Amino acid sequence: MSFYYEYEKLKELPFDDIFQGITETDVKRVLQKQRMNTEDLLVLLSPAAENLLEEMAQKAHELTVQHFGRTILLFNPIYIADHCVNVCTYCSFSVTNQFERKKLSLEQIEIEAKALADQGLKHILVLTGESKTHTPVSYIAEAVKVLKKYFSSVAIEINPLDTEEYKLLADAGVDGLTVYQEVYNEEIYKSVHVKGPKRDYRYRMDTPERGCEAGIRQINVGALLGLDEWRREAYFAAMHAHYLQSKYLDAEISLSLPRIRPHLGDYQPKSIVEDRHLVQAITAFRLFLPRSGITLSTREPEYLRDNLIYLGVTKMSAGAKTEVGGYSQCETGTAQFQISDERSLVEIQKMIREKGYQPVLKDWELLV
Amino acid sequence: MAKDLLTIGGVELNSRLLIGTGKFNDDALIPDVINSSQSQVITVAMRRVDFNTNQENIMKYIPKEMILLPNTSGARTAEEAVRIARLARAAGMGNWIKIEVISDQKYLLPDNYETIKATEILASEGFIVLPYMSPDLMVAKKLEEVGAAAVMPLGAPIGTNRGLKTKELIQILIEECEKPVIVDAGIGKPSQACEAMEMGADAVLVNTAIATAGDPVVMGQAFKSAVEAGRQAYLSGVGGVAKHARASSPLTGFLQI
Repeated sequence: MSFYYEYEKLKELPFDDIFQGITETDVKRVLQKQRMNTEDLLVLLSPAAENLLEEMAQKAHELTVQHFGRTILLFNPIYIADHCVNVCTYCSFSVTNQFERKKLSLEQIEIEAKALADQGLKHILVLTGESKTHTPVSYIAEAVKVLKKYFSSVAIEINPLDTEEYKLLADAGVDGLTVYQEVYNEEIYKSVHVKGPKRDYRYRMDTPERGCEAGIRQINVGALLGLDEWRREAYFAAMHAHYLQSKYLDAEISLSLPRIRPHLGDYQPKSIVEDRHLVQAITAFRLFLPRSGITLSTREPEYLRDNLIYLGVTKMSAGAKTEVGGYSQCETGTAQFQISDERSLVEIQKMIREKGYQPVLKDWELLV
Repeated sequence: MAKDLLTIGGVELNSRLLIGTGKFNDDALIPDVINSSQSQVITVAMRRVDFNTNQENIMKYIPKEMILLPNTSGARTAEEAVRIARLARAAGMGNWIKIEVISDQKYLLPDNYETIKATEILASEGFIVLPYMSPDLMVAKKLEEVGAAAVMPLGAPIGTNRGLKTKELIQILIEECEKPVIVDAGIGKPSQACEAMEMGADAVLVNTAIATAGDPVVMGQAFKSAVEAGRQAYLSGVGGVAKHARASSPLTGFLQI
């Protein structure tokens, strides 16, 4: 079984007709319910629901406080290499973009880890470009062994791997896996992932399942909003999370809904995702899966991040650098994308407290 | 009247309200909540405690006289729970442990089978074990048999604030268990805590309802009063469910004449 079979059925839904047929009354009826089903998800993502955003937000806020309290978990990305063999039209790391590629040595990773750990962070997300030649599994495993001396949770966002390879990394200390499908629309997927192993749509889609099979605790899926019509993409991403949570009860499934940011190259988003659309997608997801985490990246601007705290976000990056060696300046890499919120960790913590929330730096204890 | 004390693992407690530390918007509120609730036992998720940091640390807000009840939140198997418990003890958090083994992230329901396994191991290592469980009589009996110091059935799934949805099953546990029955999870309002105590529960554990209240300090006090009221009602023999001999037998007294 694979989400791919679900996707094949779901993509046949007459989305335009369904969305156009939903009225405000339908949305109000759904908002009265205690538990949302998959049809309700479509209702919450419909154009009609845009007029009831405040009601959706109130309910999303209430559910988030109930299940997560007034807390925001902070984490940081750490880029250890930017070699990539893929050609993706929307990404700076694309092999066609000429810049000097970097890969940190284990010593440099340790320097970078210290610089970051000194700030007090305990959760990190290790990133590389996608190149099994430059950053093989053995390198990632060694890197993780260094990092776990400094952090209590180490997640990865790297090229998709086989189940056995994930098992190896889980044994090394990896407890989280982030992998975005980027775009669920298969045709668009093929058109933006021009060359390289990432062109294999099905292999990427099954990646979260291989992570679950390997026993990785936390799985974060997501869609890069803007590559196709956002309502459909948000729907598929939420359905993917729902599928995983139902199939793998012991995994913690969370979702990210990043939007395309400026980067090297000249790709323009197909669909413009306005702030209110992002709010609708996030609140719809919260109502649909009340206990699932929602991760927000530094791609989003300050004012929006500050306000999204109330609406369902549970995890945020803070003071993030998206270039290799960015924290210790042990290397000077090229950023994967332009970050929008450039505040430091201390400033983000202060902002979260001012909002009446608690910034949480540690929420796991490594057992490996 | 003799003092009504709750004994867990050989320790006598005045308060029958256990509180939690999760979900507060500011850990600095914790001392005031302890004060207003008069609680003596406080549960702390090991996953949240950072023993080597110069940053904010939850432990600095917990007064020394409190009994720490570290919990194994995040454990998905007995093995993980056991490891977390040992880490807690090694870190100087005492020998009380609340076992939480949850292998279902959708509803966050406890895994009773793994919970029994973890309880057995930890009790044999000298821990005072308080297992969080789905209210099932056979499981409760088994937990007592393997050394649990109390049983902690859920009233409703964690964080739902839905009250005593499992009331009938908890009632059976109260009647049949030798060890204290502490209703944990699901209590959303003081009236529900009061109801659990009226039923004869030995104590309740409340976290979400206090931590996420508009004013957690006042809510802590409200829960204290509710728990006391419920306990007094139980002790004084709530109408129709009194367990002790009645002073008079109005309908059959004539037989003794």
